[in-house]
Amino acid sequence: MKKNINIDIAFTHIYTRKKQTMVAALGVAIGVGMYLFMNSLDAGFSKYSTDEIFKNNAHIKIYKNDEISKPLTTDDSSGLRVIINPQITTLSKKIINPEALLAAVKSQPYVTNAIAQVNFDAYYNRGKAQIKGTGNGVNMIEYAQMFNTDKYMVAGNTEALQGNLNGIIIGSGISEKLSLSINDNITVTSSFGIVKVMKIVGIFMTGSSMNDNTKSYVNISTAQQFIKEGPSFVSTLFINTRDANNPEPFVQKLQQLTSYTVEDWKTSNADVLSGNNTRETMMGAISMAILIVAGFGIYNILSSTIIQKINDIAILKATGFNGNDVVKIFIVEAIIMGIIGTAVGLLLGSVLIAIMSNIYMGGPVGYFPIGFEITLFIRSFILGMLITLCAGYFPARKAAKVDPVEIFRK
Amino acid sequence: MNTLIEKTSIGGLEVVLSTRNLGKYFYDPVKFKALDNVSFDAYEGEFLTLVGKSGSGKSTLLYCLSTMDTVYEGELYIKGEKITGKKPDELAAIRNENIGFVFQFHYLLPEFTCLKNVMIPARRLGKYGYEEIEHKAYEKLKILGLQDQALKPASKLSGGQQQRVAIARALINDPAILMGDEPTGNLDSKNSAVVFDIFKEISSQYGQTIIAVTHDNDFAKASDRTIELADGRIIDQDKNDFE
Ligand SMILES: Nc1ncnc2c1ncn2[C@@H]1O[C@H](COP(=O)(O)OP(=O)(O)O)[C@@H](O)[C@H]1O
Ligand SMILES: [Mg+2]
Repeated sequence: MKKNINIDIAFTHIYTRKKQTMVAALGVAIGVGMYLFMNSLDAGFSKYSTDEIFKNNAHIKIYKNDEISKPLTTDDSSGLRVIINPQITTLSKKIINPEALLAAVKSQPYVTNAIAQVNFDAYYNRGKAQIKGTGNGVNMIEYAQMFNTDKYMVAGNTEALQGNLNGIIIGSGISEKLSLSINDNITVTSSFGIVKVMKIVGIFMTGSSMNDNTKSYVNISTAQQFIKEGPSFVSTLFINTRDANNPEPFVQKLQQLTSYTVEDWKTSNADVLSGNNTRETMMGAISMAILIVAGFGIYNILSSTIIQKINDIAILKATGFNGNDVVKIFIVEAIIMGIIGTAVGLLLGSVLIAIMSNIYMGGPVGYFPIGFEITLFIRSFILGMLITLCAGYFPARKAAKVDPVEIFRK
Repeated sequence: MNTLIEKTSIGGLEVVLSTRNLGKYFYDPVKFKALDNVSFDAYEGEFLTLVGKSGSGKSTLLYCLSTMDTVYEGELYIKGEKITGKKPDELAAIRNENIGFVFQFHYLLPEFTCLKNVMIPARRLGKYGYEEIEHKAYEKLKILGLQDQALKPASKLSGGQQQRVAIARALINDPAILMGDEPTGNLDSKNSAVVFDIFKEISSQYGQTIIAVTHDNDFAKASDRTIELADGRIIDQDKNDFE
């Protein structure tokens, strides 16, 4: 500060106009604080909703999609065409030779985990009460690892299913509606007419009623019995990869291993994600608008400083300060206001985040899903400073263009 | 004519500033010629005054000489170098190093102390370190009899004192030329006399050239030479007192 006269003058202006400086800084603080808070809210919510997705979805799944019958084409040279009525030809959702495919998938370097699943339509009965749902035949240990099922167990545990062919883990909704609890027996019927009386070894509650009211887990071989299939029947492979956010290249590589449909979670949940995107865009636009309005605070204060200090600017230019020097003086003032404002803004945002994260929403959500994300702090800081610089630059340019002769003539 | 413009010396004195056929128009509200064919030389150590009726173009001429006004016809030379046509940044640097200004109003920065005000042009020049500049500024204030006021805010001084601080600021870089637009215009006769003595001392002892616009006849008469303007033209260049 002692070295550079431009910076010295800037600091003197800031210091002697404390009130205006604080007003401008407060504007930036509110802008940056709101930007940080709103985007943290949004990021927290997006994370919550993708976490919800990952309760049921692996990064990538492989399954047999419905096939449409192809026209029977004859030799092209004959010019003969056979017209047929295209229709779904799938007879079974079976994946042929699942062990070999699973092994091949597991050997891929980017695959961190892969499991097989057998699905069946299930009817849970107790006396006359009946609920329709889906049974999932899985290796429960592997499955729990992939989907964090242990976290959602409210009674029993996932290990209890291991090797227990007569055991079943049911959703909390099923248990409530049929008023069954752990160690009770439940009658399960499949659409193939197989009826089994099974023992409840665990109850889970994920918070999603879709899951809790319909889903159950049994061993793979039990599931295969429900649909009258042999041990080689598998309906879906679930695969986790190194990078959940960019599954697309892995999908392409996996597709080369198999002719079955390979689908990433983004494709399966396009509706949820597009909702997230819409919300992100809206929140981003609103918070950005608040930040830009804050920029006008700096613009105004600096413009008024320049009008007030026009004599000083004139004499500085007369004594040999050039346009750049004058720009520097006022840009430095803007930067000082910006740094104070941004710092206070980040603090304000942090306080709001902390308060919000302590609000209990109840139910499956628990505490409000909001957290401190370093990237958002960095982004808020950079944007705050960028807006400040832009807001400072235009008045500074105006000051640089002051014609001292015009001032002295008065 | 070109030879005239090169560093000319008459009687061992160098030309510090010269103009050749300066002309200037104003277009607002109507086209009006404020300066017409103004040519003169100012010499090293010369105390030159510009006089003339109000509206005769004295200030207009001074602003052209100051390099702050660049819209004129003809040519301006300072220390033999052609100034006309230079870029604003170059002109700023030339002003910083070679020209000091004193106006009717002091134009001191009110938040700065007198000392810091005086230091400003030297800190812009950057030729000396901060402490050295501080020392030099203090010396200038001393010459102007203001050493006791050095650390007061500029706004706390009397008008005459403020004008002297402004002179100290104009002198801090030891410029070749000191320009003044009615520098005593706001001062009482006592303070005017003080400023006049300072100017006289600067030109005679330190060899710096002074070009000052004035209304004050006594002030003009006591200077080395007086150029009188009327309707933007030089009507008299009395050089008798200056040989
Ligand atoms: N910016 C301007 N626009 C138009 N006319 C001007 C302007 N500045 C000065 N003038 C005119 O130029 C003439 C000379 O003005 P000036 O140099 O200020 O006179 P002086 O300093 O000798 O009193 C005057 O007639 C004045 O009205
Ligand atoms: Mg005038």
